[in-house]
Amino acid sequence: MWAYLIRRIGESLLILLGISLVTFVLLYLVPADPARQIAGRSATAETVANIRAQLGLDQPFHIQYIRYLGNLLHGDLGRSYLQRTEVAELIEARMPATLLLMLAAIVVELILGLTIGAVAALKRNSALDQTLMVFSFVTISAPQFVVGILLLYVFAVQLQWFPIGGYGTFAHLVLPAVTIGLLGTGWYSRMMRSSMIDVLAQDYVRTARAKGLGRLRIILRHVAPNAILPIIAMIGIDIGLFMSGIVVVESVFGWPGIGQLAWQAIQRIDIPIIMGVTLVSACFIVLGNLIADLVAPLVDPRIKLK
Amino acid sequence: MTAEENSGRAAPRPVLTVSGLSVQVATPEGAKTVVEDLSFTLNHGETLCLAGESGSGKSMTALAIMGLLPYPMARISAGSIRLADGTELAGASERALRKVRAMRISMIFQEPMTSLNPVMTIGRQLSEVLLEHKVCTRAEAPGRALELLRDVQITEAEKRLGQYPHELSGGMRQRVMIAIALACSPEILIADEPTTALDVTVQAEVLELIRALQREHGTTVLMITHDMGVVAEMADRVIVLRNGRQEEAAPVRTLFAAPETPYARELLDAVPRIGEAPARPAPDRVRHTVDVEDLSVRFPMRGGILNRVTAQLHAVEGVDFRIAPGETLALVGESGCGKSTIGKALLSLVPWQGSIRIDGQQMAGLSPRALKPIRRNVQMVFQDPGASLDARMTVGKQVAEPLVVHGLASGSELQDRVEWLFRRVGLPPDHMDRFPHEFSGGQRQRICIARALALRPKAIVADESVSALDVSVQARVLDLLRELQEEEGLAYLFISHDMAVIDQVADRVAVMNLGQIVETGSRDQVLRDPQHSYTRRLLSAVPIPDPTHLRPPVLPREGPVGSPVRPLGEDVTRFAMQEIAPGHWVADRAA
Repeated sequence: MWAYLIRRIGESLLILLGISLVTFVLLYLVPADPARQIAGRSATAETVANIRAQLGLDQPFHIQYIRYLGNLLHGDLGRSYLQRTEVAELIEARMPATLLLMLAAIVVELILGLTIGAVAALKRNSALDQTLMVFSFVTISAPQFVVGILLLYVFAVQLQWFPIGGYGTFAHLVLPAVTIGLLGTGWYSRMMRSSMIDVLAQDYVRTARAKGLGRLRIILRHVAPNAILPIIAMIGIDIGLFMSGIVVVESVFGWPGIGQLAWQAIQRIDIPIIMGVTLVSACFIVLGNLIADLVAPLVDPRIKLK
Repeated sequence: MTAEENSGRAAPRPVLTVSGLSVQVATPEGAKTVVEDLSFTLNHGETLCLAGESGSGKSMTALAIMGLLPYPMARISAGSIRLADGTELAGASERALRKVRAMRISMIFQEPMTSLNPVMTIGRQLSEVLLEHKVCTRAEAPGRALELLRDVQITEAEKRLGQYPHELSGGMRQRVMIAIALACSPEILIADEPTTALDVTVQAEVLELIRALQREHGTTVLMITHDMGVVAEMADRVIVLRNGRQEEAAPVRTLFAAPETPYARELLDAVPRIGEAPARPAPDRVRHTVDVEDLSVRFPMRGGILNRVTAQLHAVEGVDFRIAPGETLALVGESGCGKSTIGKALLSLVPWQGSIRIDGQQMAGLSPRALKPIRRNVQMVFQDPGASLDARMTVGKQVAEPLVVHGLASGSELQDRVEWLFRRVGLPPDHMDRFPHEFSGGQRQRICIARALALRPKAIVADESVSALDVSVQARVLDLLRELQEEEGLAYLFISHDMAVIDQVADRVAVMNLGQIVETGSRDQVLRDPQHSYTRRLLSAVPIPDPTHLRPPVLPREGPVGSPVRPLGEDVTRFAMQEIAPGHWVADRAA
């Protein structure tokens, strides 16, 4: 167990190192000059060069990268070019909002997805099953900004049930959480449906019936726990999917999380913020997968961590 | 013995009456009747066997009684199933059936590996049935579960309560199934092929357990089996089924002594019996098609922070054997003994060490490219013909594929060669364009044999090749294999757990335990005059298809079971072999 954990953490650090390198390379290659952005259009070439030297942007690539990594080891993500604040502070300030949204979205997608999938499997090939599967297909294929704007229009503008955007109350949370959650709902309901159908045909479900157990008990005690096993690994992967969604959804709903922060930073080529947000997101994805793998043996006794 | 008891007892008391039962299954071609107008009475305390080949409707009958027919594909279309007190089960509501299941009729299934919930402890699966039917209180349940496990003679019963199914062997799982089935003391136990998936030694133990529990509790047993050896051992009365209809019903001794219907006679004649196979001509042993020396197969087991190899599973350890052209060497042993691994090593499907020479050519240390032409000389026929054929490729293409891969034929020559192969295995060549699902199990195995023959191999590894087939089909496939062997001078490595089949086909036999050969010699030496305790134990467990012959109890295992896993660097002690008669080698007892 401990050996497994240590090895996995080691692997995770390697993955993060790789991600930092790839991101750094990409940002280095961006055909725009951060120093020019900071200095403004009217600034002289000399001012721009000064800023560049000040930020260390005139150094060769490998020196810049190694310096970045060195700072990273001390927990220093650098300073924002434009906001003149520590990136770590910016991310820290915005993290609670994103975590709240993430949690709410996961709750939405698990409740909706697992229920829809289970109902569809139990009513297999009925009209209800087909309707639910069409619904899940729509939620998977619709782009999130379209879903977000649609929900805003119907529930905030027309019905006025929820505020148009912003942060603070539970009502503010509902629409962005549902927007992100709907995509996951589609995936989870499809997975849950096929997993349930698979489990319903297993010999041990027949054994449960032969024991004289009731239908509800069979579904809750014998079918559902087995059907959910493949989905646990999915939740870990899902966090990655989620991170790609927040940039769009937080911008649509004006949600003050790290997605919005990233969106603003990308527009202004504020490299330290982009790097910081990317690394923090990567940490979440790696952590999500690690947790999913650690939880798996608790739910499925056949899995042993080695 | 129970037959005599029955006749001495008062008039038989029926506990279950099935009359005019028909079961229909929905197929794309419309409703198909799989059980037709079946009637029988099950009497208190007896064992009634429903015997028949696949598709005879025997399992469907059992499921119909339990109300467990796969919904909505199958349904009872006519007839009645009545318990002694008049309760009608055919067409009963799920609610009514739930009261009957486990309380009055229980069932155990063929696959103990998959019949238990993998994520629930054994203890909970046992107490669940007790609590559902309110046989005991929640507080009493664990104690009662433990008693039930002790009743089915499971070792370390307390420990088992907290374990999960995957931690138990197949035999233990079937014991747990029996414990669950008998938890609420039902009148009737339906056993659907309860030992088919188990090793012969475990089978004997489980059958003995069922008999003992039956004596103790007076349970009536309805046993479903295809194995006439099991029928002879267990049944008081037998109903032979064929295509969903009753072919013959008789007390077991009458049936075996004088079957009335031609089908029952055919079925009994097809059953292989140890010691009845004729002697085989001695093959020419001047040269060897297969020559294996000091073969070892070890699988690494990883662990630790760096996931390094910490131990090894010694699947095969220092095995030597030779097979001459036209000769059959049979490998026997319980599951996990390494016999299939040897077969795979001959085809280089697993990494191996040692020396394997096929037709004089050494395979050790060759690159995959150099190996390719030698590999052609040895081909394999697997156990499950359904799973070893590609469902989406025509059978003609699959038989042709080896020829194409090795670039041996193309165009009309390929076509001719495949046609010839189809005829050779007794299939009409115009079936080449069909897909595997359009064939029966026996025909599929013939296709697999044709595919194996395509490259004109010198040796064939037959890994449980006839185990999944019905006895009558099995006999015909064995005939085909023998015919091919005689004509082509093929060397066979015949891997099987079925002693009676081995008795029919083998020239020589090698018995394996824990990756090593413990006894080897000619068929007569090993099967008629076994010397090693392990061989004797295996043979003592084989059910004999003769109800007048009482099989003595299975010999106990000598010493602990042992494990083929060793920490890195530690070697397995190799058995020292002694030649006790010309060609008859036995491992030291001490080993």
